[in-house]
Amino acid sequence: MPTMNLLQAINSALDIAMAEDEKVICFGEDVGIFGGVFRATSNLQGKYGKARCFNTPLVEQGIIGFANGLAAQGSVPVAEIQFADYIFPAFDQIVNEAAKFRYRSGDLFNVGGLTIRTPYGGGIHGGLYHSQSPEAYFAHTPGVKIVVPRNPYQAKGLLLAAIRDADPVIFFEPKRLYRASVGEVPEEDYQLPIGEAEVLKEGTDISLVGWGAQMEVIDKAVALAEEAGFSCEVIDLRSISPWDTETVVESVLKTGRLLITHEAPLTGGFAGEIAATIQERCFLYLESPIARVTGLDTPFPLSLEKEYMPDHLKIFEAIRQSVEF
Amino acid sequence: MTTQYSHEPAFLTGDEYSIPTFSLLGPDGQLYPGAKAPELEHDQARRIYRSMLATRILDERMLAAQRQGRLSFYMQCTGEEAAVIGATAALDDADMIMAQYREQGALVYRGFSFDEFMNQLFGNELDYGKGRQMPVHYGSRKLHYMTISSPLATQIPQATGYAYGQKLAGDGQCTLTFFGEGAASEGDFHAALNMAAVHEVPVIFFCRNNGYAISTPAVEQFAADGIAPRAFGYRMHVIRVDGNDILAVYQATQKARRIAVENNKPVLIEAMTYRSAAHSSSDDPSGYRLKKEEEEWREKDPVLRMKNWMLNKQWWSEEEEKELQESLRQEVLETMKRAQKRPAPALDTLVSDVYAEITPALQRQFDQLKTHIRKYPDAYPRGAQSLDPDVSVSTIDQGDS
Repeated sequence: MPTMNLLQAINSALDIAMAEDEKVICFGEDVGIFGGVFRATSNLQGKYGKARCFNTPLVEQGIIGFANGLAAQGSVPVAEIQFADYIFPAFDQIVNEAAKFRYRSGDLFNVGGLTIRTPYGGGIHGGLYHSQSPEAYFAHTPGVKIVVPRNPYQAKGLLLAAIRDADPVIFFEPKRLYRASVGEVPEEDYQLPIGEAEVLKEGTDISLVGWGAQMEVIDKAVALAEEAGFSCEVIDLRSISPWDTETVVESVLKTGRLLITHEAPLTGGFAGEIAATIQERCFLYLESPIARVTGLDTPFPLSLEKEYMPDHLKIFEAIRQSVEF
Repeated sequence: MTTQYSHEPAFLTGDEYSIPTFSLLGPDGQLYPGAKAPELEHDQARRIYRSMLATRILDERMLAAQRQGRLSFYMQCTGEEAAVIGATAALDDADMIMAQYREQGALVYRGFSFDEFMNQLFGNELDYGKGRQMPVHYGSRKLHYMTISSPLATQIPQATGYAYGQKLAGDGQCTLTFFGEGAASEGDFHAALNMAAVHEVPVIFFCRNNGYAISTPAVEQFAADGIAPRAFGYRMHVIRVDGNDILAVYQATQKARRIAVENNKPVLIEAMTYRSAAHSSSDDPSGYRLKKEEEEWREKDPVLRMKNWMLNKQWWSEEEEKELQESLRQEVLETMKRAQKRPAPALDTLVSDVYAEITPALQRQFDQLKTHIRKYPDAYPRGAQSLDPDVSVSTIDQGDS
């Protein structure tokens, strides 16, 4: 099986989708001949032509508005927003348009073909505007799905699923891992299910839930925790809208403890939603308060990024406090 | 609105208009035949030229510092010094400037010191922005230069609003906003121009049309003849100028300022120039443009062009050039060393300025963080040192911001 980094896996998924279906169209700022600022769309213009892979003018609201129209017409747009921090001019087109197209027309029209790819997350010295994790804003919007892969294998399978999904999907790519995460990825076509979490490791003392780049951080925390004698169950949610409640419930019924971690700020972060649901479903089984290890309620810093990040040490400390509660 | 009726289905395409490029100084530094230099005093001309050279050298050295790993990121103004500094020099020093991110020349002209540049670039405790933003996101209240925000074009409608406030205040000042031809595709650009025209606002929209938005050439950015014709759609004064010609930029902006301040009318200036450097230190233009094109533009270099003009007028000499270059390089090295040695901003800058006053919830989060850092000082050397200056931590990683 070939080895790919996360970017190559995404490129491979786009290549397969474009080869299989000529309605698949990739566009965004610098995605044409340059192949995107991270090179996720490398060689696609050369292979499929300028009509199917192209640079757009620099206007995010235009990119997503255009993509909505294209999807409504029956094409399958895969639009790139260069950084998730720059998705906000398109907020209206996502929240008021893409998410409500099917509902408001009684399914006369829909933009189910739409996929929005965008790199997110910190740890790259990106400061305020190249680091954010805005998934929770969109999770608050019924009608769009939100997928976040953790490694190259997941990225390829989930992106192919997103492109073929019957609903619009925002696909957040962990840019810190673009080149850092390398693994075996099948060359051929395959899909992974959207809306199903994956239990990466079974354990008995505490359930650890995350998604995307944070899974790598959880792994490091687990290594410390196991050394200290705590048995951890690790769950990658993979998609946070919809999110796999049953898998998390089943795990917490077993371990009696839950920790959720994300880079985005605490208040209004998606961990809050998970915590609320789990206390409803598992109240009598909980042996300690549900822990959230997240970014601070501040914009994303630069010089003090290390201090801000919900790193493995903060997760480890929270595991200890939870188990020893 | 006046309605004129016609009885033929005739379409207009915009090609009926042709917008010339105002230029005075040829690539060789000589005035074009018939061109008249603007009134520019000896001292002012020298201030402009010294700022252009200082910007060029600062950029050159800081890109090198980035390549050596001393700096995480950098963006050069190279090739666009005349556009940026010519426009700034034509303003009153108290006029507001709202820039995009490639306009450090404006700050150099207004007297931002190399120490001030370096403190921001290294995000140390003396950085006015408290080490929160990536390099080149400068700001200076005393120099009337709004702190840079990375999202593109957001400053353009803000400039309209700022200038509207200036008009109401009646202080005779205006605002000039810089942006690239790529950023002019954003919705914010159109909103800004329309509101400025409707509300008769003393704002100057200064477009640096440098040919590229990262890798995207202008030809893939818009189908029209540049940015200038858009002014017609908003009924706004407009001029296109050779952006590598310091005299033309200076004079055009001077006149624009008069229109803005005296008549309360916004003006659009499109300066035709070239981003001679990469988009940023993270970019490599060899993937999307030809060396030959870069070389052609080097012949039109704005710094060299002004230098030749100055030499001809005997307002500058090769000896002065050499001396200034050397002293600037020396100053860059010294200020860089100083800035690099300074500690990071204090830990509480993580949570200050989110609101005017810290909220109770954030204070709780911060207290938890402090406890955690005290437990693992080696993992957070900056935070640990800030909390307890006497604590010894094993891995101080200064300089990696």
